[in-house]
Amino acid sequence: MRRVAITGLGAICALGRTTAEVAESLRQGRSGIAPIESTDASQLRFRNGAEVRGYSHQGYFEDRQADFMDRFAQFAVIAAREAVTCAGVEWTPELRETAAIITGSCVGGQSTEDVGFHDVYKMGLNRVHPLTIPKTMANAGASHISMEFGITGPSYTISTACSSAGHAIGQAFWMVRNGITDLALAGGSEAPFSFGILKAWEAMRVVSPETCRPFSKDRRGMVLGEGAAMLVLEPLEAALARGATVHAEIAGFGMSADACHITQPSADGAAKAMRAALRDAGLAPEAIGYVNAHGTGTLANDATETAALHAVFGAHAGKLAISSTKSMHGHALGAAAALECVATVLALRDGVLPPTANYNVPDPECDLDVIPNQARQAQVEWAISNSFAFGGLNAVLALRKA
Amino acid sequence: MSDDLIERVRKSISSSKRIPLETVTIDSDFQQLGIDSMDAVEILFALENEFDINIPDDDVRSVRGVRDMCVGVEKLLAAKAAAAETQAGQ
Repeated sequence: MRRVAITGLGAICALGRTTAEVAESLRQGRSGIAPIESTDASQLRFRNGAEVRGYSHQGYFEDRQADFMDRFAQFAVIAAREAVTCAGVEWTPELRETAAIITGSCVGGQSTEDVGFHDVYKMGLNRVHPLTIPKTMANAGASHISMEFGITGPSYTISTACSSAGHAIGQAFWMVRNGITDLALAGGSEAPFSFGILKAWEAMRVVSPETCRPFSKDRRGMVLGEGAAMLVLEPLEAALARGATVHAEIAGFGMSADACHITQPSADGAAKAMRAALRDAGLAPEAIGYVNAHGTGTLANDATETAALHAVFGAHAGKLAISSTKSMHGHALGAAAALECVATVLALRDGVLPPTANYNVPDPECDLDVIPNQARQAQVEWAISNSFAFGGLNAVLALRKA
Repeated sequence: MSDDLIERVRKSISSSKRIPLETVTIDSDFQQLGIDSMDAVEILFALENEFDINIPDDDVRSVRGVRDMCVGVEKLLAAKAAAAETQAGQ
């Protein structure tokens, strides 16, 4: 089996339009959560979101190209472009034929769908825009990335709610590790700020009326986010041979299903996925230094995740540095795991562990070191990044410092 | 609290959770009825529709049973009636 290097990073979210901007925000512990601007939030119980503020396709896409792309697909291509440039990919006809693209998305082109439904149901129109279907489909991100680079290898999209990008990156990692492809673009993208979707989240009563405070006793729920992150994965040996910069390695991937409840998290299921990732990486729990938590900021998730960490790590749990970067980039659903994977890579590469922002009050049910509010300088060799989806489908990635 | 209000709350719970009406009494607590957090969210949705009220998240945190729920609904109905009166008086 081949070792797998991350040679390219791309990110766009509330924390910045590039990986460097995102890294700087994470280092500063600066939250991107602010009043929602892309949708009228006056009829909602919550006001805040983590949006790519002031975003317009101009400067990224020609008008005619943007006509074919929902916001979530635009984010996917923007992040993929950055990742490919960052990796310095040397395209050959053979590489384009064999490279893989695996993206995650939970809700696809929601704002496009919302407009179409509004037209027929509310406005009483008898027709919707003919591009509604191709803009809405969840695989549009992968499709537009393939067209952008002329990649004709295995390409598809995984939709497992909040774990989508974790499953996508994990699959891509296994494909590169097992010699199925020599280059994979993997990550996730999401743009869920449509009025219909916001109303649906409101009805779940899991969104905070203020900000997102993971692991803090006064936490009141999650805050939705948007954006994309993409990684370029290639065999470590090949990457070193061509002189590429290796930002980190992916070393393991673990999955599980809770088989328990459609929304309530299960500590057993979460623990099983973490153990699977450690086993896949050939690691003892004691090797792990940093955990990028799922950490949604809901009452249920953070206490359950803490219990799962105790179960997996035993006495070592007290030595782990843990943070939820959702406190800053929000919960970007199908893009969340990709943004968090990038945050984990940056933590390992730069020796700066991102904080859990907005933290106020210790909670006995979340009794671990959650790096409150201030980033921490620390050289860590191994880390994991957790994603636990609604529906109980879990994905955990294990990463190694380059 | 009126019998009518209690009846409508009981019916909302029984039809959301799909359990016989007679199992839901004013003294039932949610744990007894097997109502988990997602069930509770659905019941709140049913009550909001039944009574045409908005139930804020903060008001439901301490609700553990049918009686708490009836008290909460009664309070919100009173607030709604007072608001309507104020508006009518203007």
